[in-house]
Amino acid sequence: MIDSLGWYAAFPEILLLVMACVIALVDLGVKTPMRGATHLLTMLTLAVLAVVLGIYASSGATVLAFGGMVVSDPMGNWLKCFATIALMATLVYGRQYASQRDMLRGGELFTLSLFALLGMYVMISGHNFLVIYLGLELLTLSSYALVALRRDDLKATEAAMKYFVLGALASGFLLYGLSLVYGATGSLNLAEVMRAIAGGEATLKGSKQVLILGLVFVVSGLAFKLGAVPFHMWVPDVYEGAPTVVALLVGGATKLAAFAIVIRLLVEGLMPLAFDWQQMLAVLAVLSLLVGNLAAIAQTNLKRMLAFSTISHMGFLLLGLLAGVVQGDSANAANAYGSSMFYVVTYVLTTLGTFGVILLLSRDGFESDNIVDLAGLNQRSPLYAAVMAVCMFSLAGVPPLVGFYAKLAVLQALLASSQPVYIGLAVFAVLMSLVGAFYYLRVVKVMYFDAPTQTAAIEAGFDVRSLLSVNGALVLVLGIVPGGLMTLCAQAIASLMA
Amino acid sequence: MGLLSLAIWTPILFGVLLLAFGRDNQATTVRWIALVGALAGLAVTVPLYTGFEIGSAAMQFVEKSVWIERFNIHYHLGVDGISLWLILLTAFITAVVVIASWDTVTSRVNQYMGAFLILSGLMIGVFSAQDGMLFYVFFEATLIPMYLIIGIWGGKNKIYAAFKFFLYTLLGSLLMLVALIYLYTQAGGSFDLATWYKLPLGGTAQTLLFFAFFAAFAVKVPMWPVHTWLPDVHVEAPTGGSAVLAAIMLKLGAYGFLRFSLPILPDASREWAWLMITLSLVAVIYVGLVALVQKDMKKLVAYSSVAHMGFVTLGFFLFSDLGMAGGIVQMVAHGFVSAAMFLSIGVLYDRVHSREIADYGGVVSTMPNFTAFALLFVMANSGLPGTAGFVGEWMVILAAVKANFWIGMGAASALILGASYSLWMFKRVYLGPVGNSNVKALLDINAREFLVLGLLAFMVLYMGIYPKPFTDVMDASVAELLRHVALSKLP
Repeated sequence: MIDSLGWYAAFPEILLLVMACVIALVDLGVKTPMRGATHLLTMLTLAVLAVVLGIYASSGATVLAFGGMVVSDPMGNWLKCFATIALMATLVYGRQYASQRDMLRGGELFTLSLFALLGMYVMISGHNFLVIYLGLELLTLSSYALVALRRDDLKATEAAMKYFVLGALASGFLLYGLSLVYGATGSLNLAEVMRAIAGGEATLKGSKQVLILGLVFVVSGLAFKLGAVPFHMWVPDVYEGAPTVVALLVGGATKLAAFAIVIRLLVEGLMPLAFDWQQMLAVLAVLSLLVGNLAAIAQTNLKRMLAFSTISHMGFLLLGLLAGVVQGDSANAANAYGSSMFYVVTYVLTTLGTFGVILLLSRDGFESDNIVDLAGLNQRSPLYAAVMAVCMFSLAGVPPLVGFYAKLAVLQALLASSQPVYIGLAVFAVLMSLVGAFYYLRVVKVMYFDAPTQTAAIEAGFDVRSLLSVNGALVLVLGIVPGGLMTLCAQAIASLMA
Repeated sequence: MGLLSLAIWTPILFGVLLLAFGRDNQATTVRWIALVGALAGLAVTVPLYTGFEIGSAAMQFVEKSVWIERFNIHYHLGVDGISLWLILLTAFITAVVVIASWDTVTSRVNQYMGAFLILSGLMIGVFSAQDGMLFYVFFEATLIPMYLIIGIWGGKNKIYAAFKFFLYTLLGSLLMLVALIYLYTQAGGSFDLATWYKLPLGGTAQTLLFFAFFAAFAVKVPMWPVHTWLPDVHVEAPTGGSAVLAAIMLKLGAYGFLRFSLPILPDASREWAWLMITLSLVAVIYVGLVALVQKDMKKLVAYSSVAHMGFVTLGFFLFSDLGMAGGIVQMVAHGFVSAAMFLSIGVLYDRVHSREIADYGGVVSTMPNFTAFALLFVMANSGLPGTAGFVGEWMVILAAVKANFWIGMGAASALILGASYSLWMFKRVYLGPVGNSNVKALLDINAREFLVLGLLAFMVLYMGIYPKPFTDVMDASVAELLRHVALSKLP
């Protein structure tokens, strides 16, 4: 009886839940200002989880559990594994920053992050509309609280309010859409929804119009969560206003979970409607590329610039998703979705490096979030300047850095469809990345060509220094040998499509 | 690990080593390590020449292994008669530039030297890549070190120049990226160049692809009218940067035409040859005239580079063995001559800190040894027989006359223009009465500068007097390339 539920598949979630509660309790007894014990315990938990998930993922097994409500498959497990590692990096980079801003008076940063991660896990492994929605709410509620963690800070509070209001709206959209789809198909289970839609009139409980209306709301809700134009308004404000460490959480690990629910809902659930949602994604992608890149040029605030750059990258990600099904033929699907997964994973890796440097340069009472704050970084510290430069060139898509292969994979997926429209989209995306190159280059310019305006020594603990070096090196090394990660993503998606 | 891999990775490894461990307080050590790296890089290219089998059109020293399995991308290297001398040229110029910048660069020496060594390895990679994506990766990666070289060590307007350089060339290469991926899908999932040479392609597709490649390569060459970035960048770049840019980076574009446009898109190449020939002639004549009126020495040489590269593209699109070989010889010759010209200007700039022709005059009376070298290089730049500059231009002009008298006429007029702007500059800078107190205080070149200019002078004369080693290796490859161009690929 117990085995039939498949507890084994949900083991990481359960472990994380238990440990999050334990850490919350243990933290009550921690008195040190840096919360050493809490930090250590969190790191241990995350490390164990990352290893367990890695083992799960490399086994390649797909297990449906809890009566088909939860799935444990390679894609989900890899994404969870990467999200865990991303959270570890976030906390390592951000600990000093948080303590200087009085955010470590309690252990909330750690426990809320763990609950946010739990939300991501549930989202990623959900195979049922309600489970996915529950995970999403757990993630977003924890995120709202995290953004508002500096409750005395005006900007952070404002960002939290905006994030909450718009986020709640988005959740409403998504939930409404899901309920319409439920009405049309009579099921919350992804596999059954797919069957019902594929069967056409015979198996649908409601009309096709209801289904499409539901789809529109679902896509809008997802676009909100991804931060695609025109549902992007919260992104720049949250990036700018939230404490940088939280911005990194929202802009980093969370993107992996957002990608996962897009795949779960649109591909695993609503694949027969691909023709309809691909058109919507095309519009979102074009607008995101356009607005994200153009608006980023005008920014002087580094975090805001990165926010707009994120928007444009989400546009690129969507391009990969919309190339999957061509005239009812899904031969290209695994290729296209695999490209998108590679894109999002490498994007998160690069974002971690970028924010890591920003967090490192921030000091007590100094945010270092303007582009000019990086002036002359190469003279102050060639290592950190190099890490930042590598990340910037990678985001710009210049080989031999990993961001280039992400773009290559997506463009290749578009061109493989041999549709004139998609070839046009590819050319458009390429031209937009030229615009993108300009503002990334500007950051490099400020670091390398300008004279330093600050002389304060850059203090970094051993852990931050080594992790940041590894992070920068990975962006380069994965650019020189990207094959492994690419194959991993392709196989993860292929096992999902099978 | 094969010889080509060694030629690529030796300088890159030394460069990375310098970036990681070099400090400005050990600048001398850094310079010596850089020199060792550059010489080691040069040394490993020598067996490429000695072991090269002349008369074979096949790729030699081939290395092939899977690089990115998912996209069937291979780490596939090889060298033929077309690329052999370009690889040697790259390694040679890098060593020369390291010596030339020995004590003229004093800030962040390790990054400067490291950037040049990495750049050198990347460019050798471009010349030896036999896989479309590998080529692109090397081709694009060269932008990063060059951007930093211009931006950090450049002149007053360096930031504008660095951005212009990067964005201008990126625009072209991004369109090429789309073209490469398109070819990949058409070829059934292969980036292999040899496969692409056999791939049938329709007329429209060929034309579109031709212009996508044109965007990338014409900007790099640079052909008129997309040459405008070059003078700006040359003026602001540091001496070493200018030398490498003119001597090697411009060749990446011309080389791209030979490896991609001509053999992969033969029908489009023939169809649009008139356009290419027209643009080349405009570059040769019009840009030659523009060079005549320049007041800035570096700008003058930059425009003269555009004019000389016009000969290269002109030679390619005449579709005769003489023209094609002439174009390739001209590429190598221009590599030596333009590097020499820029390094000569560097010698003056280091002393007077001015590039204006008007700030000089009568340099011969204070720097006689230097002036002798300068005279040789100016002569080579104007295409005097017996110097490197003559061989390629003469071959191209001959081919042009054979093809069409008026094309030949236009090309030949360039010799007069080349002589005019080169010699006129020489007269104003070196001859006449001593212009001002700066010139009066000039010291003649030291042993290091003598070595740099001497090496280049030797190559310029050697290539001019005995060009056989240069032309011999390329005959078979040129014939093979022409065979590809002659075959229609229309389905």
